[in-house]
Amino acid sequence: MFDKRMTVDAIVDQLCDGMTIAIGGWATRRKPMALVRAIARSNLKDLTVIAYGGPDVGILAACGKLRLLVFAFVSMDQIPIEPHFRAARQAGLEVWEMDEGMLHWGLRAAAMGLPFLPTRVGIGTAIADDPRFKTVTSPYGDGETLIAMPAIKPDVALLHVHRSDEKGNVLTLSPDPFFDELMARAAEQTFVTTEQVVSTAELDLPANARFHLVERALIAGVAEVPFGAHPTSAAPDYHLDLAHLRSYAAAEGEAWDAYRARYIGVDAPSYLAAVGGADAIRAIPAPNY
Amino acid sequence: MTDTQATLADLLIAACAEVWRDDPEWLATGITPIPRLGASLAKLSFNPRLMITDAENMFLEEPAPIGPRDASPTAEGWAPYARTFDNLWGGRRHALVAPVQIDRFGQTNISVIGDHAAPKAALLGARGFPGNSISHPNSFFVPQHSRRSLVAGEVDYVCSAGYNPARWPDGRPPHRLELRRIVTNLCVMDFGGPDHAIRLVSLHPGVGVEEVRDNSGFDVVVEGDVPATPVPDAAALAIIRRLDPHGIRASLLKGNPPAVRAT
Repeated sequence: MFDKRMTVDAIVDQLCDGMTIAIGGWATRRKPMALVRAIARSNLKDLTVIAYGGPDVGILAACGKLRLLVFAFVSMDQIPIEPHFRAARQAGLEVWEMDEGMLHWGLRAAAMGLPFLPTRVGIGTAIADDPRFKTVTSPYGDGETLIAMPAIKPDVALLHVHRSDEKGNVLTLSPDPFFDELMARAAEQTFVTTEQVVSTAELDLPANARFHLVERALIAGVAEVPFGAHPTSAAPDYHLDLAHLRSYAAAEGEAWDAYRARYIGVDAPSYLAAVGGADAIRAIPAPNY
Repeated sequence: MTDTQATLADLLIAACAEVWRDDPEWLATGITPIPRLGASLAKLSFNPRLMITDAENMFLEEPAPIGPRDASPTAEGWAPYARTFDNLWGGRRHALVAPVQIDRFGQTNISVIGDHAAPKAALLGARGFPGNSISHPNSFFVPQHSRRSLVAGEVDYVCSAGYNPARWPDGRPPHRLELRRIVTNLCVMDFGGPDHAIRLVSLHPGVGVEEVRDNSGFDVVVEGDVPATPVPDAAALAIIRRLDPHGIRASLLKGNPPAVRAT
């Protein structure tokens, strides 16, 4: 039987101290939060995380899992400053900061098996002062100086998708696919959580062909976790839980310990009960941006 | 004719709208509510060519009002982040953004206050500022004009490129560097002084040149008599009210001051 289904904890068992992990989604959208919480509960340490960051980065930073953050921003949009990221950064968390598009380009270089891709982005800014960036001179035309955006190569990509079959054919039904495809192509291995595991026929291809993220050969394992992106969104199935994000953001000191005990240190059914249950999540209205 | 109902927020929205007045069929991006309302006002009043998004991943035929709304606006195109990057790298965009710090070169910062390696305050991160700044025209909105936001020397961490040749490779300006305007709660400025020095364009009604100078960490070029920033007319105010039916703009500036200062 050709079957890639596994549990969230089995995915975390595939990870090692010091690994470089790309986390899909964007800010408060389609983050693999059940996996992030499982990593936060684990003994893993010294991780390098690559992300268009939101509460995924905040939780891992607050739980002391990060050695290095490769990022362009960490924000929850409606709550612009991610307080747990801010606290970790001000306490000395090491970062490699770049432009959103540079991160895209670094993932693309890795996905293409190239050592770098040239870009102008970063020229003229303090980003370019980081010695991890080198420049190249265009061999054409006027010899323009460009940044050689190095390949950003994760060991593992962790993504949250809407549907998967047992073989790892995955659909992301949300209106923005973000850069999940490039993370999967750049990484050595990709693990996904999915809202539902369905039969291959129920993926309804070719009608859903535009939502098929990558070839299944890139997907190493699939865990079925309904509401696995909560409190971030997995629209159209459900929207971000702004009330929960506000309580998460407000949790400092003892309140953080209580948040961690109630929402992070528990299994998925207990988490779902603690945040109000499936019907409550489904009833969250769409945000107005 | 002056509408005495207009608030400073209304005036700033109208001043922000002006940055897109003559733009071609480009993406107009206004970040934070006043610039966003400005882009929407520009599209609805004098530049219907502008493309506007829902601040998520769709282009909208008509700009969406801010705050809770009943109806879904009609989408006229798809704008996921990957496509937004591709579009901005191609130059067909003019962004009006709200940095935390800006310096005399037009370099801006939204990443950290203090030293980057050991920040006093960690903010968002550079986001798309570096790429925006060298790919298409940019303007800026500063809601609190002070020496903390318009800083002496350089900003703490240069997120967007500006007219500082010391940061340009080989001394050559970046490919499409073009800084347009700075709209603050005191005035409108541009980069039209010698060597792109920041220059006063207009003063909001009741604001004097000295107040701008006292609250700026760098010299602002003043040429001749500086006109007053226009107060939006009744037609513009009607559009602004339609775009902000819940009056959110009244909460954006402390005390919601009027457009024309009481003297």
